[in-house]
Amino acid sequence: MARNGKPKAAPKNNGKRNGQAAHWVGKKLKRKEDPRLIQGISHYTDDIKLPRMLYCAFARSPHAHAEIRDIHTDKARAVSGVVGVFTSQDTSGIGMVPCAIQMPDLKVPKHPVLATGRVRFVGEPVAVVVAEDIYAARDGAELVEVDYDPLPVVTDMEKALSEDTPFVHDEFRTNRAFTHALKNGDIASAFKKADHVIKQRMLNQRLAPVAMEGRAVVGEYLPGENRLTIWSATQIPHLLRTQLSVMLGLPETAVRVIAPEVGGGFGSKLNVYREEAIVPWLAMKLNRPVKWAETRRENLACTIHGRDTINDVELALKKDGTILGLRVRILADLGAYHQLLTPLIPQLTALMLAGSYKIPAIDIEIQGVFTNKMSTDAYRGAGRPEATYIVERIMDVAAHELGMDSAQFRFKNFPLSKQFPYTTITGLTYDSAKYQESLKKALQLSAYDSLRRRQKSGWKQGKYYGVGVSTYVEICAIGPSAATPAGGWESGTVRIEPTGKVTVLTGASPHGQGEETTFAQLIADQLGIDPDDVNVVHGDTMAVPYGIGTFGSRGTAVGGTAAYMATQKLKAKMATLAAHLLDAKPADITIGRGRLTTKGNKKSISFGELVMAAYTARNIPPGFEPGMEATHFFEPSNFTFPFGAHIASVEVDGETGEVKIDKYVAVDDCGNVLNPLLVDGQIHGGIAQGLGQAMWEELIYNEDGQLVTGSLMDYALPKAHLLPDFTLERTVTPSPVNPMGVKGVGEAGTIASTPCMVNAVCDALSPLGVRHIDMPLKPERVWRAITHAQASRDEHEQAMAGAVAKSSNSKSGRKTAGRRA
Amino acid sequence: MKNVTIAVNGVEHRASVEPRLLLVHFLREVVGLTGTHIGCETSLCGACTVLLDGRAVKSCTVLAVQADGRKVTTVEGLAQGDKLHAIQEGFWEEHGLQCGFCTPGVILCSHDLLSRNPSPSDTEIRESINGNLCRCTGYQHIVNAIRSASRKMNKRVPARAAAAR
Repeated sequence: MARNGKPKAAPKNNGKRNGQAAHWVGKKLKRKEDPRLIQGISHYTDDIKLPRMLYCAFARSPHAHAEIRDIHTDKARAVSGVVGVFTSQDTSGIGMVPCAIQMPDLKVPKHPVLATGRVRFVGEPVAVVVAEDIYAARDGAELVEVDYDPLPVVTDMEKALSEDTPFVHDEFRTNRAFTHALKNGDIASAFKKADHVIKQRMLNQRLAPVAMEGRAVVGEYLPGENRLTIWSATQIPHLLRTQLSVMLGLPETAVRVIAPEVGGGFGSKLNVYREEAIVPWLAMKLNRPVKWAETRRENLACTIHGRDTINDVELALKKDGTILGLRVRILADLGAYHQLLTPLIPQLTALMLAGSYKIPAIDIEIQGVFTNKMSTDAYRGAGRPEATYIVERIMDVAAHELGMDSAQFRFKNFPLSKQFPYTTITGLTYDSAKYQESLKKALQLSAYDSLRRRQKSGWKQGKYYGVGVSTYVEICAIGPSAATPAGGWESGTVRIEPTGKVTVLTGASPHGQGEETTFAQLIADQLGIDPDDVNVVHGDTMAVPYGIGTFGSRGTAVGGTAAYMATQKLKAKMATLAAHLLDAKPADITIGRGRLTTKGNKKSISFGELVMAAYTARNIPPGFEPGMEATHFFEPSNFTFPFGAHIASVEVDGETGEVKIDKYVAVDDCGNVLNPLLVDGQIHGGIAQGLGQAMWEELIYNEDGQLVTGSLMDYALPKAHLLPDFTLERTVTPSPVNPMGVKGVGEAGTIASTPCMVNAVCDALSPLGVRHIDMPLKPERVWRAITHAQASRDEHEQAMAGAVAKSSNSKSGRKTAGRRA
Repeated sequence: MKNVTIAVNGVEHRASVEPRLLLVHFLREVVGLTGTHIGCETSLCGACTVLLDGRAVKSCTVLAVQADGRKVTTVEGLAQGDKLHAIQEGFWEEHGLQCGFCTPGVILCSHDLLSRNPSPSDTEIRESINGNLCRCTGYQHIVNAIRSASRKMNKRVPARAAAAR
């Protein structure tokens, strides 16, 4: 194998942290993960095959709401190769699917692993069929016969809150699952004083995360050892282990969870699912390993969804564009049951509704609503894209209404860099930022002025060019434990093996982010060694100390910091031993280039010799613990707040409503950067996902609760030819929250690009009188908006003409009225 | 059951299979090569793309019996020992993958493209991988990877031709 991108000459130091030269941090190192992935020799969960393994498939509800009268399993059992069929009668001993969120008025419905008595959304599992191969399992699942008594269905949130609605859960006598309010400042006087009040209703449609690898679970139980091993495509192996041990009634010490290669998550694998409990339960029951891998149809119907809110937004402004106050009313569609974090997501939206602006008063009320649909939960950005969409759309609507340039409007309302750390009206303390700088840079990079000139001349020729501006601030590095449901810290262990090779154990559980590479860069710099000598281990609860996992752009900022801090402990230990062996003071020892050296380069010992001395322990100072390993549990003092500015330039076809993206410019600030190549990759992918929401993606349930976008033919993901090349730049504002000054970058692109794109399209059509179009901006929807605007303009013009005519000539006025009728 | 003989990465595999067995399941379950991934089972995502007699096909909608007597190349068959294929190198060098799940399919799809069109434009690259969905990269680094592979392969071909003379 080719050597991993080692520079020919010793690279120039691009900064020193903790007295350590940065040789590897900041370099575009090729990923250590890739050789196994590009050769197809790594193992995702579905690639695991164990002796005597069985396969399972689920019989799922075709109804959105129905009473289960009876389940007939005889025909399924008769299929050759079927080993067993199980229903809720069999699985009633398994605990409920957990929800980690507590709120004063939160209604938490029972969430059994198989539907019990009733089904409440299309795709809810009713029975599981286990067989010798997947074909037999699926044949069996098709033959499970269920007698359903269909019940009235509710899929519309406003209907669900009305008087004559059916209830998703009868016991609550309401579909209102919770209310949440966040109010601060004098909102009444803000609106009273306002010269302008801008109102807009905007919908944030339901999305599917669609990780390319669906969910998959393998369970194996060894009764002699009382050891249950669960391989799962998860982002949170330790949290999953805790929850599954409770659900299955096993001591946590008997359960091992392994997240092998995980093919993307985007929040959808930050959860505890029914199937994750059922599959290991089956393995225990049948005393054979069992595997389940989700089909794409199941993935779209039964893996958590994202977004799905109705937002009524009001912005109070002075006539010069100064923001006085923001009022937002949100209805959040939770679906039928709570998954792990379902009720949390809209609360994150509330927290981030100040965006990157000075807002003196805010008034937010949220209602969570049960409907007969799959649960919503954390999808890339988790509440923050929803907040940014609201803020950035209303800023643009306001700028247009006031006749101000969108960029100037934003400059007017940014807090100044010297005001950081900045406390927002929602109670957060933003760590560090230079909003002006990033927007200025984006304006330059996009040649904003010339885009505006083109737009003006285009309008004269009937061409609709639009420029979309969106700034954003993100809440990352989740987070301080006080602000999280299950601990917000992360663990890191660094162990130098006797041969001098380094093992890093991280509680973060990457699934495409590349932390085997970035953490190796980080630790290699700290120890003055080569990243090839650092092996990062993650995703196995037997190998790694308890950890929280990878989500919320926390991997590097929290997990990386834990590993970094562990390394500091190790360096102190190394210095102590080196000082003992070299007869010097620990403070006079420096570590670098594979050696530990005393002050003035007088004496030194090689890294390998020192480590071996720690293990052989024949000559160690009194009280010195043998071995060379340290662990740190890092508790962050605050979130980090990355930010940036994106600009999109589009052309909209006024005849067909088709949108062409000409140019997309992104200036992002995620603090210090460990590997620029990987940061660019995160931004690219995030932008694509956000554009997916703006342009194409939408999960649609009809009135009967049928998911009509249940395949990738109907749920339109961004494809290569639909996207432009993105132009990226960065500003670097280190975070003071962690010693590396990193902020996180996993969700930034998704957060900024959605409003940026919608702003661009609405901007293009503003001369036609189009003010707002709800996503996704499919040609049909854009065309309708153009047509509608045209019709109301015609009507308005005719009314005006009629009024003028009436005042001068009453006869022709009547004619106009007659034509319109 | 039907008897089939399929050459996978140059090795003949004989098996007695159900007529409904998909090629992708033949590769993963019968031959035991799991580098070919299943992303949708409906020909829409391209994760299962392999070469059938040199042309890219989505192996989730080809039956194993249709591949009887034919040659299949999977991602495991591209590298020569320790030497990666130029397309694999391109993906590594240009950060053309993140989670890696779609990658084998995209690599084989671009293999087909470059065999027909050794110097594709970026637009041609984007159009050719239209049937391969990637949720991580936003495609830009994938395009860079395929472009870089194309350049590398074009440099190597004349050298090889010269060596043959």
